[in-house]
Amino acid sequence: MTGDVLKPSLAPLERTGPLGVLMRSAVWIVLALILAMLPLVFKTGTSLTLMSLMGIAIIFALSYNILLGQTGMLSFGHAVYYGLGAYLVVHSINVVTANKLPIPLPLMPLIGGLAGLFFGLLFGWVSTKRSGTAFAMISLGLAELVGSSALILRGFFGGEEGITTNRAKLLRVFDWSFGPQIQVYYLIAAWCLLCVFLMYKITRTPLGRMCNAVRDNAERVQFVGYNPQVVRFLAFCLSGFFAGIAGGLAAINFEIANFALFSAAQSGTVLLATFIGGAGYFFGPIIGAVLVSYLQVMLSDLTEIWQLYFGLMFIAVVMFAPAGIAGIIMLHQPLVKRGTLLKVLPSYVLALVPALVMATGIVLMIEMIFRISSKEGEEAMIKLFGMHVSSTSPTLWGISAAMFLAGLVACRLTWPLVASAWSRASAAEPGGSAA
Amino acid sequence: MAELLIISTLNGVLFGMLLFLMASGLTLIFSMMGVLNFAHASFYMLGAFFGFQIARWAGFWPALILAPILVGGVGMLVERFGLRNVHKHGHVPELLFTFGLAFVIEEVVQMIWGKSPVDFRVPAILDFPAFTIFATNYPAYKLFMLVISIAIFVALFAALTKTRVGLIVQAALTHPHMVAHLGHNVPLVFMTVFGFGAGLAAIAGVIAGPALVTQASMAALLGPILFVVVVVGGLGSLPGAFVASLLIGLLQTFAVSVNLSLADVFSFLNFTPRPGTTLADLWKVTVAQIAPIMPYILLVLVLIFKPTGLMGTRDT
Repeated sequence: MTGDVLKPSLAPLERTGPLGVLMRSAVWIVLALILAMLPLVFKTGTSLTLMSLMGIAIIFALSYNILLGQTGMLSFGHAVYYGLGAYLVVHSINVVTANKLPIPLPLMPLIGGLAGLFFGLLFGWVSTKRSGTAFAMISLGLAELVGSSALILRGFFGGEEGITTNRAKLLRVFDWSFGPQIQVYYLIAAWCLLCVFLMYKITRTPLGRMCNAVRDNAERVQFVGYNPQVVRFLAFCLSGFFAGIAGGLAAINFEIANFALFSAAQSGTVLLATFIGGAGYFFGPIIGAVLVSYLQVMLSDLTEIWQLYFGLMFIAVVMFAPAGIAGIIMLHQPLVKRGTLLKVLPSYVLALVPALVMATGIVLMIEMIFRISSKEGEEAMIKLFGMHVSSTSPTLWGISAAMFLAGLVACRLTWPLVASAWSRASAAEPGGSAA
Repeated sequence: MAELLIISTLNGVLFGMLLFLMASGLTLIFSMMGVLNFAHASFYMLGAFFGFQIARWAGFWPALILAPILVGGVGMLVERFGLRNVHKHGHVPELLFTFGLAFVIEEVVQMIWGKSPVDFRVPAILDFPAFTIFATNYPAYKLFMLVISIAIFVALFAALTKTRVGLIVQAALTHPHMVAHLGHNVPLVFMTVFGFGAGLAAIAGVIAGPALVTQASMAALLGPILFVVVVVGGLGSLPGAFVASLLIGLLQTFAVSVNLSLADVFSFLNFTPRPGTTLADLWKVTVAQIAPIMPYILLVLVLIFKPTGLMGTRDT
């Protein structure tokens, strides 16, 4: 039954013959065009920087999802391969520049990828011996090991300052110096598209399928005659390879590699991005990477405690939408097919209002606590609609508490409305085949 | 040399016992609920900060009692309203929930108490040297920490093996479904064990707070070592956690006091690598310098030679 429901949606991609090939390549051509046109729409320097970061984050998150989403391995140390890729690229650029070797910059991320692959082989051999929780803890331990070693081996890692480089001094192709950010953006965009394409194709290979099988039932995989440990190992190496490419691009983008690349925050962010986007779908991490990069830049401008909101958002996703944003989107696919999507939208709007009121109440209270505990004088005031209000003002506390409580109660009241709208929308089937 | 041995052994055992206070709760929670609580070190940190705050208002001794109870309560709430809801989605979301929680707790602590260390002092009554050995004063407070952690260890051991509740918990460690079938309220047991484990970690936090540094990054610093302890000991094995705690405690303490490097050991070779190279770094680095990464090296070694951990039997 489920198979029948899923089939039509995949039909355009599964179709063989020239039409199928055309439709499948059309997706990638459109993507390439979008990536090429983006700088024409978002022209400012900030948005160029942001889009470059997003491109790197997309590769990194997708490489992480080879582990988490495809093979079911939860890693807390993915930054290791990202960081090592970055370091190797910085060193390579310096060596190539010093010896005037005829290697252009666009090939450099490949070195990062090979570095990631090499260390993936090395650490993967140790860590894929175990699965599940033990694997997660080992990845954490290895990340700490590499992070601390980076501070000890100063010759290679450059201690706390890190190692700098200059991306513009390499052999030029088509007279591109890669000095301006726009050229770096196109470099990142090209690598991003290539990596996304490759990683998507990997999911369609027998290896990709075996990865999913190991995720779903490792015991059965063994019965069929495969060794789950080998499959996990291969997935781990591939994931290290793409993470290394992402790290190499980051090194080119920032022209520096330092020990912060190995930090727990780096590993944590990619996990957050992948999970918030939706680890169960190929395009989930892309959404997550774009959203998280955007929030990192925008929220940190708005408030000093943006990381707290970030964590709260993550917990909310884990608790209420464990399939992530992609999961929520895909939930609506049957409704779109039935043409009943419009029936649920009003109830969403109705449910969104109290949720927003509640969130505003929480945010207000958090901001007031933050100001009371760590600010003094003028800074302890909270800015609201152009007015400065004291954070200790009982009125404000009353208002925000009331907003929170009213929002909570209203949420509880409106949620059944969404549920009933949902069941009406999914029951109203035009075709007949009963759900 | 004898001085070094005695002091390092005392410090090592102390650090090991502190680790075990946390690792025991973590192991109990893991064995029972199948979720490795990523936020366990955060409860330790909460214990230290609650202890600091209460000690400021009411003195150290009330803090020693109240802070763990409060943190235990927080733990129970987390289990009841957080973990229990996530449980239906599977183990990975559970682990991720605790991961997010650790993240949020660190941010909240940073928001309330700031980023810099707080001034959590040893109570005046314990602020004297307990004994002097080879001209080194050993602080009474450290001895007090040792006594408390050993007392809790003994009490825990007695409670687990001699009382009825302990037997149920022990049974639930290996056969949680069977325990449920026998009519015990397993969700309640889960909630209690989670709160109890958080409380144990908080005790470690309150007593370690004045001796170590009480700051917002203390959970992130200790957390990974804690996970090394439970993996090296063997996931889900209490004796394993005990052995691994002591092992890592002693290893790290002794490593800090050894000032040897490869260059010293192989000095008869008369070999000096070119300065600035990675080899030179490796050649010159002392054991004391790599003390912080010792646990992780141990982790890798144990995994290569005995993937289930020292005393572990489970494979997840």
